[in-house]
Amino acid sequence: MSLLIMKPGLLTTVQDLGRYGFQQFGVIAGGAMDSYALRMANLLVGNDEQAAGLEMTVLGPEITFAAPALIAVCGGGLAPMLDGQPLPLWRSAYVPKGTRLHFGRLPGGCRAYLAVAGGIDVPVQLNSRSTYLRAGIGGHQGRALRSGDVLPVGTPSRRAAAWTERLARGSGAWQLDLWAGRLNRGLETGEFDNRQEAGRLNGGLETGQFDSGQEAGRLAGKLGAEVIAISSWYPAPALIPEYPKAPVVRVIAGEEYGLFSEESRRRFLSEPYMILPESDRMGYRLSGSVLELEQERSLVSAAVTFGTIQVPSGGAPIILMADRQTTGGYPKLAQVITADLPLLAQAGPGSAIRFRLVTLRQAQEQLMQREFELRRLRLVLEHM
Amino acid sequence: MGNKAEGRVPHLQNHTRTGLPRIIPLGDSAASVLFEAAVSPQTHRRVRAVCSRLSSAPFAGMLEFVPSFHSVAVYYDGHAVLKAYPQYIAPGEENYPYPVVAALLKDLLKHTEEQEAPAPRTVRIPVCYGGENGPDLEFVARHNGLSVQEVIDVHSSADYLVYMLGFAPGFPYLGGLSPAISAPRRSSPRLVIPAGSVGIAGDQTGVYPLETPGGWQLIGRTPLALFKPDAMPPVLLLAGDIVRFYPVSFREFSDMGDERL
Repeated sequence: MSLLIMKPGLLTTVQDLGRYGFQQFGVIAGGAMDSYALRMANLLVGNDEQAAGLEMTVLGPEITFAAPALIAVCGGGLAPMLDGQPLPLWRSAYVPKGTRLHFGRLPGGCRAYLAVAGGIDVPVQLNSRSTYLRAGIGGHQGRALRSGDVLPVGTPSRRAAAWTERLARGSGAWQLDLWAGRLNRGLETGEFDNRQEAGRLNGGLETGQFDSGQEAGRLAGKLGAEVIAISSWYPAPALIPEYPKAPVVRVIAGEEYGLFSEESRRRFLSEPYMILPESDRMGYRLSGSVLELEQERSLVSAAVTFGTIQVPSGGAPIILMADRQTTGGYPKLAQVITADLPLLAQAGPGSAIRFRLVTLRQAQEQLMQREFELRRLRLVLEHM
Repeated sequence: MGNKAEGRVPHLQNHTRTGLPRIIPLGDSAASVLFEAAVSPQTHRRVRAVCSRLSSAPFAGMLEFVPSFHSVAVYYDGHAVLKAYPQYIAPGEENYPYPVVAALLKDLLKHTEEQEAPAPRTVRIPVCYGGENGPDLEFVARHNGLSVQEVIDVHSSADYLVYMLGFAPGFPYLGGLSPAISAPRRSSPRLVIPAGSVGIAGDQTGVYPLETPGGWQLIGRTPLALFKPDAMPPVLLLAGDIVRFYPVSFREFSDMGDERL
């Protein structure tokens, strides 16, 4: 099985949860900017959370599936469509061979993640499949995707195979939403022999005559028509984040927090900062109130991490993101809490953000709670 | 972006020597073991001893560690830590892994005192000085009132200590540059510097592992790859190594080929 990239979109890269274990050698961690969305997408298609998917930024790609597949798109900003019909985010779908996935725009968020059952099977380099653009390693040939790229997909898990089969048959325990897009086209092109049956199916779908997907699926199967099937189940709303255009991002004090002037700290926590256009996977540059140290201080380079807010001598803060360097030498004002990194990852250039100070304990309790919820979801899925 | 370019080794003000390292949080997913803010071989040895201990006796839930001049950042998975060390959890803190990590690191440091850092390796790095490989060599000579050959002699006769790796994969932060050949950064950085370029900036020297923009004065280039993504470890130099540069001719440089290709 493979994905055919018809159009690459603005910046589409293969990402997993990152390249860990090599930061001591200066090799960045990288990985998905919104790792929560990627993990959820993977869970929805029966993958290990570590599996590689596609990170798509602002303008989505156009992709054709070379074989039937189980897919899910999570995240924000992009409106996925299958053969022209909307696919809701945070749901899995069965797509027959030849289905075209493309994207429109949605408010809220700027990055979406496509997971395919089996995961994107590019070679593992240094423990990860993540694309590291600057070093040209990982992902698909170490670069962003281009038109004409063919991406191999791995073998789906047994669970994924079972879900796929059920969805494809339009039967099983789930309610299915089937739609008529492909069927219409099939009728027009005379793809189906039994025009009467096809017409009945089509009409039934349009008038909502079928109260379960089962009957529609049975009819479709009889016709030999392959139907795109979207699962009617989806994660609990509490597990689906909203991505506000102007998020409040929680931070904990950084190592040098106390070295900043009281006035600077007050402004940092009370005034909005705007994410500048020259922001990318490596870091977000912010404009807003200039922040100053009580007295100029020279620092020695030390480890920095995802969400570290550094302030160079000019006073404009920089938030380090997924492709951050391993070490940095600017004063560390604060650290975005891990639970809020997805909000930040989805706030694109031009977004206004505000910061709110919390304690390390609050940050960790949030993180543990989120992990607990994900673990519980994983358990539920394993028994489905 | 997001970093002081090429990680300058600054002059330090406060050399308070308390001896015992501090343990502080680095965000909600890492902790730092912090020695006094000194760039010195002594502090470096203590940092290495901690790393050596973390390698040989990692705690459950530890993900990785990153040594720097005077600290070691230790990344951890909070859930795994809480699960593995219930006896360290204070009542009411069942979802708060940091105190557990801090306690584990404190224990680890107790055992580290006696431990010696492993003996350093010496790595010899061939450099083709000057010409197209080192377009700023003459500037560095002029700036210091030396001949080009004298700059090469000084640069290639010192033992440099790799304090840490950072900025780019395999980029060494070297200590030991003679003040006789120090030079300021270029007033306008080059947009593209070829991988393997050897440069000088202020009181430090280093080698660019990847093709990047940069503001260092370029005095030469090595054919050796500092970042080797298919090797293990994936870098030529390790923290604690001693580096010795030696001059090679343009012919020898070309014959060595470019490992990166």
